[in-house]
This record gives sequence, C-alpha cells and structure tokens, in this order.
Amino acid sequence: MKHFKADLHIHTCLSPCAELDMSPKAVVEKSVERGLDIIAVCDHNSAENVEASIRAATRFDLRVLPGMEINSVEEVHTLAIFESVEKAYLMQEMVYSHLKGTNRAELFGDQVVANEWDEVEGFNDRLLIGAVDLELSDIIREVHRLGGLSIASHVDRPSFSVTSQLGFVPPDLEVDALEVSRPDKWEAGQQEIPGTEKFSLVSFSDAHFISDVGRVSTRFLMESPDFDEMRMALLGKSGRRVEGLIA
Amino acid sequence: MNVREIQDLFHLDVATGETDLDREVKGGYCGDLLSDVMANAMEGQVWLTIQSHKNIVAVAVLRELAAIILVNGRLPDEDTKAKAKEEGLPILLSSSTAYQLAGQVYGAVIGKTEE
Repeated sequence: MKHFKADLHIHTCLSPCAELDMSPKAVVEKSVERGLDIIAVCDHNSAENVEASIRAATRFDLRVLPGMEINSVEEVHTLAIFESVEKAYLMQEMVYSHLKGTNRAELFGDQVVANEWDEVEGFNDRLLIGAVDLELSDIIREVHRLGGLSIASHVDRPSFSVTSQLGFVPPDLEVDALEVSRPDKWEAGQQEIPGTEKFSLVSFSDAHFISDVGRVSTRFLMESPDFDEMRMALLGKSGRRVEGLIA
Repeated sequence: MNVREIQDLFHLDVATGETDLDREVKGGYCGDLLSDVMANAMEGQVWLTIQSHKNIVAVAVLRELAAIILVNGRLPDEDTKAKAKEEGLPILLSSSTAYQLAGQVYGAVIGKTEE
C-alpha cells in the first residue's frame, strides 16, 4: 500500500464566495503543483463544475472526485463526495429542488460555470450561498443512499459547522468523518470539541482562493487513489487508514 | 429614530460606518440563521446577531437593513468590516445579549414611532 495526499474540499469559481481565478483548469493545475494525488471539487450546493474539473485532470496524474458542499436547514455545511458524476447529479437534483432564491451576483458574487479550457459556459442563477430546506440528517441519509461519503465541514470553525449550529457533535451523527480546518491547532490540543472522539478526522483546505489549494490536506494509506479505497480508509477497513493531517 | 440615536442611547461602539449613522431605523430583527433573516427581516430594521462573518453584510444589504448590531461582545472579522465599509452599512457592537438589547431597542423605537 502507498501514501496518497488528498484535498477533498476545494471550491471553484462556481461558488459565489470563491475567487474568479478558480477555474476548473486552474484548480487542477494548482493541485498538481502542490503534489496532491486526489482532490474533490465541492462547490456550494452545486456540482456543475465537476465534469470540467475531471476533464481538465485527464492529462495529469490526479484523481478528481465529484462532490458538493451542502448547506442544511440548520446552516451546517457538509461535504458530499460521490463515486460518479451521475450520482453527484442525482444529489444535485435533490438539493436544487430544496433550494430557493436567485443569486444577486453584486452582493454574493458570480457563479461561473466553466469548461476545462478556461472558457465561461454560463452563470448559475440559483442562490447557491443559501440553505436547502432539508435537515442535516436527511441530507446525510440521501448521500449514503446514493453510495456517497458524507463529511462534516470545518467542525473547528465558529460558523456553518456542526459545532456552531448544533452546539456539539451529536453522538448519532452519521457522517463518515469530521473535517478540521486547522490541524496544527487541533494537534496541539488548542481546540477541544466535545463529541469528536468516535469519528475519523481529516483536514482539507476549503480553498476559496487558488493560493489555498492543498494548503491543508490529509495523507491516506491505500492501494490506489480512488473512491472505494477512500471509503475503506475513512472507515479504517482492510488495512486502509487515515495516516495523518498535513498542515 | 436613526442609527446614531440608538448608538448614543445604548452606548454602542461603532465597528464601521461612522459616516452612515443617519440611516432611519424602523424596527429590529434578531436572528443567527442567515436564511431566516434573509426570509423575514424587513427594510429599515436593525439586525441583532452573534454572526460575524462576511455573509452578514450581503444579507443586510439584500434586505436593506439599517444596521447590524453584533451582540454578546462579538467582533466582526476584518473582511466583514471591509465589506460593510464598501456598502456603507454601519456595524455596531454591544456586550449585551440579544434578549437584553432587543428589549431596550424595542421600547425606544416603538416609543419614538408612536409619537
């Protein structure tokens, strides 16, 4: 088995709060430059830049997993990562049917759908910054029904996290892992969050700026850089495991 | 009643928006879920919240709120302040809880508008 470096929480220019320079092509090239083996593209409530990112990566030794970062009715962010684009689109369909409102680009930012050659294909006009009208537990259940991985985003942050919105990590939370955004502080014991003991911990960049891609990542011990191996590693099965958080 | 009068009355600190304190206040709204505030806050209200990240400015501008008051001694992030300055939106600071301050502001604003 080998070590693989993963950053499974990267936004693109589709997220209104991400910088416009984060085209699928730029994200992929920066990921390669930073020595990442696997990334997941997770825009807010949408997977519309996932396919372009996968296509942009075909000429590199980089695995791109389809995903999105869903904002629940409690305003908790969770990552939903899938084996295939088709499954991500099924999740997106459910998210869209529970997401109200229209984006106001001048307030929230542009939501650019781009292709793998850095060309603008269009603008998404949904309120992607908004919250879907679904409870966190329902979202997690649907992600799992589609065979996906569910990871609670930035549990060490004071906004849009399980901790900030629910007060603590509920013992019956059915996520596959918790993401911490500051592994350095976490490992120094500077942040104590009750209820995290029974979960796998990972750290990803949550990059909204191109310079942040891969700034924080996780090292996995697996056979190959793909989705099923990743799942086994998160669950600690068949010798696969999370090897460490990289600050 | 305007934002300045509320600031004076309750000795609130001004984090940003010194020059925009003459905005008229028609009432108030309390909430820490942005989606709830986006759906229910009304134009001209002051918004009492513990949320301090940048998105609060976009929400306040979207709903045409008069000002944001951060309660419980919370402080705005630097990019929140920068965005609020750009939008001409005052952010005031209070060490009171939302409950305490809302009670006081309610009395003051309702008292004033019924005159």
